[in-house]
Amino acid sequence: MNLQPEDWSALWITLKLAATSTIILIVLGTPLAWWLSQTRFRGKFLLEAIVALPLVLPPTVLGFYLLVALGPSGPVGGFIKAIGGQPPVFSFGGLIIGSVIYSMPFVVQPLQDAFKAIGTRPLEVAATLRATPWDRFWFVAVPLARSGFVTAAVLGFAHTLGEFGVVLMIGGNIPGETQVVSIAIYDHVESLAYTKAHWVAGTLLVISFLLLVAVYAGNRKFRVWKP
Amino acid sequence: MSIEAHIQVERGTFKLNARLELPASGVTAVFGPSGSGKTTLLRALAGLEPCPGSRVIVNGTPWQTTTESLATHERSIGLVFQEPSLFEHLTVQANLDFGRQRIPKPAQTIPLDHSIELLEISPLLNRYPHQLSVGEQQRVAIARALVVCPEWLLLDEPLAAMDVARKREILPYLETLCRESDLPILYVSHSREEVARLADHLVVLNEGKVIANGPAIEIFSNLDLPLASEPDSASIIETTVAGHDNTYGLTLLDFAGGQFQVTHHDLPVGTPVRLRVQANDVSLTLERPTQTSILNVFKAEVAEMAEAGPTHVLVKLAISSNSNSGPTLLARITRKSAEQLALQPGHAVHAQIKSAALLN
Repeated sequence: MNLQPEDWSALWITLKLAATSTIILIVLGTPLAWWLSQTRFRGKFLLEAIVALPLVLPPTVLGFYLLVALGPSGPVGGFIKAIGGQPPVFSFGGLIIGSVIYSMPFVVQPLQDAFKAIGTRPLEVAATLRATPWDRFWFVAVPLARSGFVTAAVLGFAHTLGEFGVVLMIGGNIPGETQVVSIAIYDHVESLAYTKAHWVAGTLLVISFLLLVAVYAGNRKFRVWKP
Repeated sequence: MSIEAHIQVERGTFKLNARLELPASGVTAVFGPSGSGKTTLLRALAGLEPCPGSRVIVNGTPWQTTTESLATHERSIGLVFQEPSLFEHLTVQANLDFGRQRIPKPAQTIPLDHSIELLEISPLLNRYPHQLSVGEQQRVAIARALVVCPEWLLLDEPLAAMDVARKREILPYLETLCRESDLPILYVSHSREEVARLADHLVVLNEGKVIANGPAIEIFSNLDLPLASEPDSASIIETTVAGHDNTYGLTLLDFAGGQFQVTHHDLPVGTPVRLRVQANDVSLTLERPTQTSILNVFKAEVAEMAEAGPTHVLVKLAISSNSNSGPTLLARITRKSAEQLALQPGHAVHAQIKSAALLN
């Protein structure tokens, strides 16, 4: 294997970041997407626009604002410091915060679409079968939106995997702590170490592909009821 | 025990304002053209349609009052929608269990097996909805609504989305269900035939208002209602099987005004049978016809007459019988014939019935 120890740690940090962010995104994105798909609240478009913002915003812009907000003299970072905490910039925690915000639309939108696609009928049927709202969500909406969850998780994971700008701004480039694969590759290319860059890039390519194959194969197997 | 409801819904220009008082058993059909508010009424009763200011009291339990309203899942209903709407991700068995598991054990008064048997779905239990025909899916949907042991079964045009063949497949199940269960059933439909076959009690809706409410048979032959005025208007006569004439292959049916002779039906003596007589199939003569190919001729009195279009007249007849509430019959004849016979309410006539359809 021609991977350097710091390349291995960059890979590990990247996968850890992507996995953690995806879990947090699903946990936070599911209720948000459900609410957006069901609500008749008039100001809903405003929230949708905020969620979609990272889609159009250059990552460096988002990263810059996050850096300012989370830094020791920013509103969030300052508050954390005031209550005796460590502002989350240039740390793995900061990376997670940045990734979650940056990838939110990739998780919320497929989920919202999947929930919407169920329509009102199955939920009404469930209500006539004595299912409480919570019951209807867990046993009807979630299983019927299953493929939406797969898409959301894959997109959220993939998007975090390929992140560069936000991570660079908020995490710095501390090897072994906040250096992710995309930045490691960039560093290798910068120093004209193309062979090293090849090895790291290729490893990520293979891992990503295998992951997608596993997810889609699994999803197909469980989709027997789809006509 | 009974059901009492006053439903008010406003949606833009559409207004539904319906007052219902229904017996706590038997089949009540809500009949009306599309857009008359039938489905909205049913959805409001189920709690699926917000309707502030409405009142629903079922067997003494307030489901909705001016101050409070039970959510749909708190109402003891079974609902069958127009489309089967089975849960795609669950097998037939799991679809049945879905509601069943959510009611307390002591409330499970209808055995699961009984419903499965009634609708003949036991071979389907391990399949997924997409592996079933639409007719089979709807049978499962009916069973699924039954096994939650509701106090009130609501059926929203359960046959409307089916073709003729599927309707024929499912109607017998509905008939068995309506006949065998003690549950009050609300059956929303715009099909005259389904209503004629199934309903004991009839509520006629038009443009959001109840325009008639009463025993189905009476309402069917009420000339003031749209039910009678349409070209395929018919009357319904309740009979019982009196015997069979094996020489000629006929079945004899007794009713309050005499005896019908119809083509042979394999039914035991004593079976109650509903007959539907199309108004177009009834002709009138002043003298008793002596030489005619028509078997069913009854003495009757003209009760009422109403114009039905430019060329026809609908005649409501009271078939002479010993009791005063003799069965009524509708005849649709041309205006010309009516004038030639000089028909007037009170006149005695003979009604010749060319054909009558058994509704079982």
